[in-house]
Amino acid sequence: MSIDKYILAIITINPKKVPSGTAVFHCDSVEEMETITANLEAILDGIAHALTKETYVIVKH
Amino acid sequence: MSEYTLPIIFGVVIGTLTRIFMLRTDYRQYPTYLHGKIIHVALGFIAAGLGTLVVPSILEEDFTAVTFLTIAASQFREVRNMERNTLAELDSYELVPRGKTYIEGIAIAFESRNYLVILSSLVSTLGYLLFNIWVGLAAGVITFFVSKKLMSGGRLDDIVEIEFVEPRFDGAGLYVDNIYIMNIGLPARQEEVLRYGMGFILKPKNFNARSTIANLGQRQAILHDVSTALGVYRDSGTPALVPLAKRDLDDGRVGVFVLPQHKDVEKAIEIIGKVPTLENAIRMPTERNMKEEGNQ
Repeated sequence: MSIDKYILAIITINPKKVPSGTAVFHCDSVEEMETITANLEAILDGIAHALTKETYVIVKH
Repeated sequence: MSEYTLPIIFGVVIGTLTRIFMLRTDYRQYPTYLHGKIIHVALGFIAAGLGTLVVPSILEEDFTAVTFLTIAASQFREVRNMERNTLAELDSYELVPRGKTYIEGIAIAFESRNYLVILSSLVSTLGYLLFNIWVGLAAGVITFFVSKKLMSGGRLDDIVEIEFVEPRFDGAGLYVDNIYIMNIGLPARQEEVLRYGMGFILKPKNFNARSTIANLGQRQAILHDVSTALGVYRDSGTPALVPLAKRDLDDGRVGVFVLPQHKDVEKAIEIIGKVPTLENAIRMPTERNMKEEGNQ
């Protein structure tokens, strides 16, 4: 058994709601969150998923 | 020149021609290169030789000579391995991979076509030696058509109805009809997906078809064929842009989401319909019931 899905980064405007243990990017606005997510998606080769309106996760598939 | 020279040449020619006929480069784009073709024509020639030689050996009552057919069997099993390894290696560099089930299907076809060549050489040489060249030729033509029939398998439009559905987003979830495909977070990516994406619903015509299209290999084959024929809006480093096929657990329908470069609904439906039903994916749960009922 190997782990084939993994959270690479979390981007959020509500830091209270996200776990520790993963790279978390705190943002001030939704626009900033989307920009950072788009950049990280390209850099990390993962897919950006919307967990809630305030939190995106980048997952490696 | 012995009495067998002409019949042997005749049988080998018929067998090799059958192999060349069966070696077609189509939308699967394989084998595209000249060397790949030469390998298979050469192996077809060997198979034709083996098939042909069986007849004179039997007529000369040299029965042990027939055991060389066992060597042929192991030889052609090796062909299957070779094809499987080559295609599996290449698959990791495809934007939309074929999948292991499709590769196994292609490898099996390569092996079995050599056996069809043995059959056609054997039958045509037998016809020539027992009667005359015309009977041999007729036997060759008949096996030619038998081979044609045997090598064409079923197609997807025999077992499913295909319907175009515009994909849509519900929050971050991408849906084709009511089938959930994947979660795409970024609004910019969502727009891209809606601009280029196409959705299709495959509705199984019966219970057997339901199990067949549920097979992950069969679904991957559909995605690969559509992406090969219509192009794919995708590159390495854009993992969000990925064609996917998901299943409706309630009724067994399959939602296919593709990102073709050439957005043509009619053509896409035609292509999905022509995807081969993979031998390894075919399931027939109802056959079991019928047989059991028959025994009672």
